[in-house]
Amino acid sequence: MTTPSLSGTNNTMANATVIPLARDASSRFLPWLIAFMVWLAALALAAVLVLSSFGDQWRNTLTGTLTVQIAAAPDDHKITTELRVQSALRIIRATPGIVSAKPVPLNQISDLLAPWLGRDLLTETLGLPIPRLIDVKLKQGVDFDVAALWERLNKEISGTQVDDHGVWLDKLIALASAIEAIAFAILILISVAGIATVVFATRTSLTIHRDVIELLHVMGARDEFVADQFHRHAMFLGLKGGVAGVALALITLWILGSLWQNVESSLLPPASLDFLQWTGIIAVALVAAAISTITARYTVLRALGRMP
Amino acid sequence: MVQGGGDVIRFQNVGVRYGVGPEILHDVSLRLEEGRFHYLTGASGAGKSSLLRLMYLANPPSRGLISLFGHDIASTPRRELPALRRRVGVVFQDFRLIDHLTAMENVALPLRVAGASEEQIQEHVPELLSWVGLSDHIAARPPTLSGGQKQRVAIARAVIARPKLLLADEPTGNVDDHIAKRLMHLFEELNKIGTTVVFATHNESLVNEFPHPRLHLADGELNDFSSGEVVSDDDSELERDE
Repeated sequence: MTTPSLSGTNNTMANATVIPLARDASSRFLPWLIAFMVWLAALALAAVLVLSSFGDQWRNTLTGTLTVQIAAAPDDHKITTELRVQSALRIIRATPGIVSAKPVPLNQISDLLAPWLGRDLLTETLGLPIPRLIDVKLKQGVDFDVAALWERLNKEISGTQVDDHGVWLDKLIALASAIEAIAFAILILISVAGIATVVFATRTSLTIHRDVIELLHVMGARDEFVADQFHRHAMFLGLKGGVAGVALALITLWILGSLWQNVESSLLPPASLDFLQWTGIIAVALVAAAISTITARYTVLRALGRMP
Repeated sequence: MVQGGGDVIRFQNVGVRYGVGPEILHDVSLRLEEGRFHYLTGASGAGKSSLLRLMYLANPPSRGLISLFGHDIASTPRRELPALRRRVGVVFQDFRLIDHLTAMENVALPLRVAGASEEQIQEHVPELLSWVGLSDHIAARPPTLSGGQKQRVAIARAVIARPKLLLADEPTGNVDDHIAKRLMHLFEELNKIGTTVVFATHNESLVNEFPHPRLHLADGELNDFSSGEVVSDDDSELERDE
């Protein structure tokens, strides 16, 4: 028997999907929904990473430090105030658990106060009493008794204050951790919403193509044959939506990063992400495609499992 | 366990009920031997399609036992059923061709499902389409084909994987008499090469013109079988005892 020419049919034979999933309404709306969810997920992930980095930076720079504030001498004499600072340094350095104690230079203190009082008022000619500051570094892992130091200092130098950064730093870190946890919860909720969306879209497709699926079933197609068609389609849609969502997220993060750089604050460390963290954010697109693929396959196999 | 022996299909006291509705088929017992040709006749609504659906394992029975190629369906693991289904070819009354696929792709489906190579598909599908007289319509999609052409594509699809059992549900219902006779010859040729055929029809003139044993359904009961191979409940009991 002569085999007729198959020109023009071979490629379509090899590439055609048996179930016309690309024509479903879900093929149009699902990538947009996935893009939106990936955008939110990438932003939530970025928030988690940045806040986690803030916490680390705060811990590294401010934990284990104290600031001792020496009020100016009652007669406001420079030499007397300097003697009070030296006495305080002597007491602090003699205290166990202290690594170092350094007086903050007067010009640095003036710089800190200038935004509130103005340069002129701070000049010595005007004679404004300026308190002195001492930066104290504590030994790591030592349970330091701040109250005892304050007591010792105030016995000799009245009006001395000891500022333990740990107290307000703990509150700040707790706040950052709470926001980080919320961002993480949002990330989880978005993933759950994404899974639910794919499940509903897949179930809708199963209903639309029930006749073809039953035909394949009667022909002796294994459940995996049908599931393969659905999961390949879902992977394509997931990747399409994922790439769009990550692209939008990168643009959003770039805008936020630009705005962040304009904020001047000694408390807010630089909001930057390292290469690995950027890779993680970009990988959200792949995770979305993977979730979409696995969910579609599982949904189809579960539904087909109910057929005889 | 039902022992089918050389039987292609065997029913014992089979009943079918959809949901909580009345029983569509009651106490159907039959045995079809390999290489036979049977008509399945009966008025519309008599249960012909339901009986065929049981034969191609689309539905499980509500009661009774079905054995296909010697396998008791109730006790066969679900993962083994696709292999049994691949030995059955089905021609549907409404063709059930997939509109976005070409005639060649439609016919190739059972081979793809069975995991055949592209070479095998390229070798066998055009040959079969040529055999059913559609060599000029290989790349045509179903919406562009006539009723008779669609039916021939459906038949080619049903037989491409060389099934042992061919089930046809009113295959001549949507075609004129001339095409119906041509299709009938096609089925007889398939039967001659060893395929067991069950041909559901209510076309009496066709049945008279091409005489073959007949299974007749009336009110959900198989009450007439001209070749005498309806298995009564008593026979079933005896054979089980043996």
